[in-house]
Amino acid sequence: MQLKKIVAELDLKVLAGAKQLEREAQGCYIADLLSCVMAGVQPGQLWFTLQTHLNIIAIASMLEVAAIVVTEDAPIAPATVEKAMAEGVVLLSSAEPTYETVAKLIQAGY
Amino acid sequence: MSQNFSLFARMGKDLPLSILHELTYEIQVSEVMTANISTLPPTTLMRAVKDMMRDQRVSGIPIVSPEHQELLGLVSVEDLIRALEQERLDAPVTEFMATDLATALDEEPVVEALKRIETAGFGRLIVVDKLGNLTGILTKGDIMAGLLQTLEKAYRKIEQLQQQEQSHHFFQALNSDETSLTLRYRVQVGDFIKGGHASSSIKKALQQIGATPQLARRVAIATYEIEINLIIHTLNGGHIVARIQPEQITIVAHDDGPGIADVALARQPGFSTASQKAREMGFGAGMGLVNAEHCADALHVWSAVNTGTRVEMIFNVTPQ
Repeated sequence: MQLKKIVAELDLKVLAGAKQLEREAQGCYIADLLSCVMAGVQPGQLWFTLQTHLNIIAIASMLEVAAIVVTEDAPIAPATVEKAMAEGVVLLSSAEPTYETVAKLIQAGY
Repeated sequence: MSQNFSLFARMGKDLPLSILHELTYEIQVSEVMTANISTLPPTTLMRAVKDMMRDQRVSGIPIVSPEHQELLGLVSVEDLIRALEQERLDAPVTEFMATDLATALDEEPVVEALKRIETAGFGRLIVVDKLGNLTGILTKGDIMAGLLQTLEKAYRKIEQLQQQEQSHHFFQALNSDETSLTLRYRVQVGDFIKGGHASSSIKKALQQIGATPQLARRVAIATYEIEINLIIHTLNGGHIVARIQPEQITIVAHDDGPGIADVALARQPGFSTASQKAREMGFGAGMGLVNAEHCADALHVWSAVNTGTRVEMIFNVTPQ
C-alpha cells in the first residue's frame, strides 16, 4: 500500500519524507528493542516503535524500511526529525497507541 | 533485379526511418564500397569479361586505358547479357560497355550516392576520388551490407553496455593480483548520536563496489551491533576496521577495555550488562552478538578483563 494512503487512513502526522509518500510499503514490524528490529525488520516494511532517539533513523536508513511510525504521540526531538530528512527516511507519528494504529491499518485492508 | 526495389521505400515501410536515414548521412561511400577492384583494358573481348565476372563474382568491371589508367567505361552483367543474346562474345568490350558513367565521390555521404542510384536507375556507381582516380565500385548491395554492419556494431555496443550495467560483479572495476580495501572508523564511547555511522558507511561502500543487497545488509546489521557494543560497553571507545576483498569481507572491532569476563556467557541470547540508559533507548536486549553471529559466516571473540576485546567477523562473498 502506498504511504500516502496509509497516512490518510491512519490520520498520521508526516514529520519527515513528505516527498516520498509515493513509496510502497508492505508488511510491518513492531518492536522497541533495537536488536530485534535489526534482526527482524525487512526492507519496505513499516516499523512501529516508541523509540524516538537518533538511532532509529540510522537503523531505518540502513535496513531500508518504508517508514517509521512512532505511536502514542511520543515526543520526537528536532534532531531526530532533521536526521530523518537528511537520510531520506520517512518519519510518521500516530496519536494512538500501537495496537489501535495497527488495527486501523488492517481494517484499511493492508 | 536490384533496381526493382527502392532502398528508400523499404526504409520507410519496414524499418525505423529516422535511424537508417541518419546512417546514410553518417556513412561515407568509401566505407561501404568495394575497393581494390579489378579493371580491364579496352582491348578485352566480351568472352574474357564473362570469365572474369564468373570467376570473381563481380557484376561490373571498369575499363581503363593501360597507358594512363584513364577510366573509359564500365561493363556490366546487363552488357554481357546483350553480347550473349547477340552471340558476339568475341567482340571487344568497347562495343558493349557504358561510357556515360554515373560516379560517386569516395568522400561523399552514402545518401547522395543512393539518391543517384535510385533516381537514375543505375545498378552501380563508379567511385572516384577528388582527382578523378578510380577507387572502387558501389552497388545497392554494398550500401545494404554497410548499413547492416554499422547497425550490428551499434547493437553489439549496446549489448556490451547492458551487460556491464547488469552484472555489477563485486570489485569488477578494480583489478590487481591481490585487491583489498580497508575502511577504518573511530567509535566514541557513549556517542549514541553517531551510532550506526560506521556500519552505514561500510554498507554504502559495499554497494558502491557492487556487492549484492543481501551481502551489504548482512554486513551492515552485524557491524551495527558491534558498533553499538563499542558505544555502550567500552571505557574509551574503540575502532572498527573493515577489510574488503573480492572473496571475503572481514570486520574487526577492538577496544582497550574493560574486557569480557565470560565470553561464552556473553554470547548467550538475552545476556546483557547494559546500563539503564542504554536499555531505555532500546539497546541492551542481549541480542547483539547473537544477531551479528547470525549474519556473519564466522564470528570470533577474544577478550581479557582490564585489557580489551577484539571481535572478528568474516563474510564470504559468494559468486553471483
